[in-house]
Amino acid sequence: MELVLSIIIGVLFTAAVYLILSRSLLKVILGTGLLSHGAHLLILTMGGLGGMAPPVLIDGVTDFADPLPQALILTAIVISFGVTAVMLVMAYRMYAVHKTDNMNELRGNDEHD
Amino acid sequence: MNMINLLLFPIIIPFFFAMVLLFFKEQVVVQRVVTLIGLALSLVASCWLVATVKVEGIQTVTLGSWPAPFGITMVSDMFSALLVTTTILLTFFIVVYSFKSIGVEREKFFYYPAILFMITGINGAFTTGDIFNMFVFFEVFLIASYLLIVLGGEKRQLRESIKYILVNVISSALFVIAVAYLYSVVGTLSMADIAMKIAEINQPGIISVIAILFLIVFGIKGAIFPLYFWLPGSYAAPPIPVLALFGALLTKVGVYAITRTYTLFFVHDIAFTHQFLLVLSLLTIVAGCIGALAYFDLKQIIIYNIIIAVGVILFGVAQMNTTGMEGAVYYLIHDMLIKAALFVLIGIIIYITGTSNLREMGGLIKTHASLGWFYLIAAFGLAGIPPLSGFLGKLLIIKGGFEADHTVGSIVILASSLIVLLSVIRIFIYAFWGEPTQPLPVTNKGTYRAMMMPAVALVVLTIAYGVGAEWLMPYMSDAANVLTDPSIYIDAVLKE
Repeated sequence: MELVLSIIIGVLFTAAVYLILSRSLLKVILGTGLLSHGAHLLILTMGGLGGMAPPVLIDGVTDFADPLPQALILTAIVISFGVTAVMLVMAYRMYAVHKTDNMNELRGNDEHD
Repeated sequence: MNMINLLLFPIIIPFFFAMVLLFFKEQVVVQRVVTLIGLALSLVASCWLVATVKVEGIQTVTLGSWPAPFGITMVSDMFSALLVTTTILLTFFIVVYSFKSIGVEREKFFYYPAILFMITGINGAFTTGDIFNMFVFFEVFLIASYLLIVLGGEKRQLRESIKYILVNVISSALFVIAVAYLYSVVGTLSMADIAMKIAEINQPGIISVIAILFLIVFGIKGAIFPLYFWLPGSYAAPPIPVLALFGALLTKVGVYAITRTYTLFFVHDIAFTHQFLLVLSLLTIVAGCIGALAYFDLKQIIIYNIIIAVGVILFGVAQMNTTGMEGAVYYLIHDMLIKAALFVLIGIIIYITGTSNLREMGGLIKTHASLGWFYLIAAFGLAGIPPLSGFLGKLLIIKGGFEADHTVGSIVILASSLIVLLSVIRIFIYAFWGEPTQPLPVTNKGTYRAMMMPAVALVVLTIAYGVGAEWLMPYMSDAANVLTDPSIYIDAVLKE
């Protein structure tokens, strides 16, 4: 199971890198979304997928799931959700002002803004 | 009085005041006064914290009273307490400087709450003793910084802030990935516990890989070579007070995080990890020097000096001996103060001349003599001319370098001081000497005086920091002792 998830994470990262390297800003933002999905799945996998019982204190249960990665993912999901929302708003504002979403045309330098 | 929550005050007070300010969006006076009150209270709390840490040693509090490795621990050793105090102190002056320079429009649009939220995140990142909690605090100050960098919505700001956010989002994802890998090896998130577990398994190769991953994560935030590419463009976009805050604080959080992880976790394979850090820090200095000499733009010159300073501090950290570490701590705080002072001063120069291009300036010493002299003092302080504050830090760092047999690196640091001096003196020569190339735009004398006040205060502070080094040294030694001997930190957290 860990192996399958590792492959999925790898595919997510590959797709994320491909999208982030593209010229369209919207694709770049989608890429960061995939990147954070991959990172979240990675936390889950790295914590180990073993453990059948819920992580509740009952006498005699030894094979319980690790609750910590789940708590971490929850926090990370909320944060990446918020940041993605901020980024989409800013991307829209930037599109409204610059009239382009092509990253190549947003290079800019000090001489002309 | 038993104040176990004392170390949380510098985090909670700015947070509380930021929330209160959200209700007074339009009242600029209320915004200003409440911000100053909040920062003053935080400053009192943080000074009290420094005094307590000095007397009683490392302060810890584990949230929710869970026993130490399971709950989230907040840890205040001398290093983090000093950084927290410096952060609040210079934010106070930059806020005063903002009154006349940031503009009412921005003040009415959550400028001060954003600063206070950013301080919350920065102080939290300095104080936390839990690696995942550090990620959370990083996000807190990053999101506040996204607001600050784009606030105003100028064309250039929008263009640069998109890149800034993008770089930071990717580095945050890498942070989560690095924490996940670390968790899979050591199975814990408490920093003291991680340090102990890594010592138990004696740092196998995988931990060194994770060490490099953490270096990449914090290196992007802290702008080390070759990950500094985003910094000059992004930092030049926002107005000067925001630039001063970013330049003085944000990269330093990255530097702090590298210092913390490389002195607490990854200390068993120094020949590899710290050698790597050493080489990168020297390359950072070289890259920064090239940039600082290449530009005729006031902002860019000082911005590249941030990168040089990051290299110098990390060179001190990479020595892993007490002298180098003392130097790194001293120089880190020096650099926060002096960068704030310099950015504020060049902000005033830009206000007076109406341009940031050196070629279009000249002869300011005739009309604004005091500005010129204070700038010169700050420039000498940055380059490290005794008895100003940069000198002692660099002296200790270089001494540490020679003790650790890094002769070439130490010579590079010495040579970089000359280039730093040259780069900032060039500003002095172009802006203050010679004849005015064009008539100065009409500016308000009262505004100029109001802007000079915090600038003078910051410069005087850096002078005091340099001259009063004898008196401050015990604090630096305490900070360096914890950094060179991780067991002090581990014992303080896991004492039960």
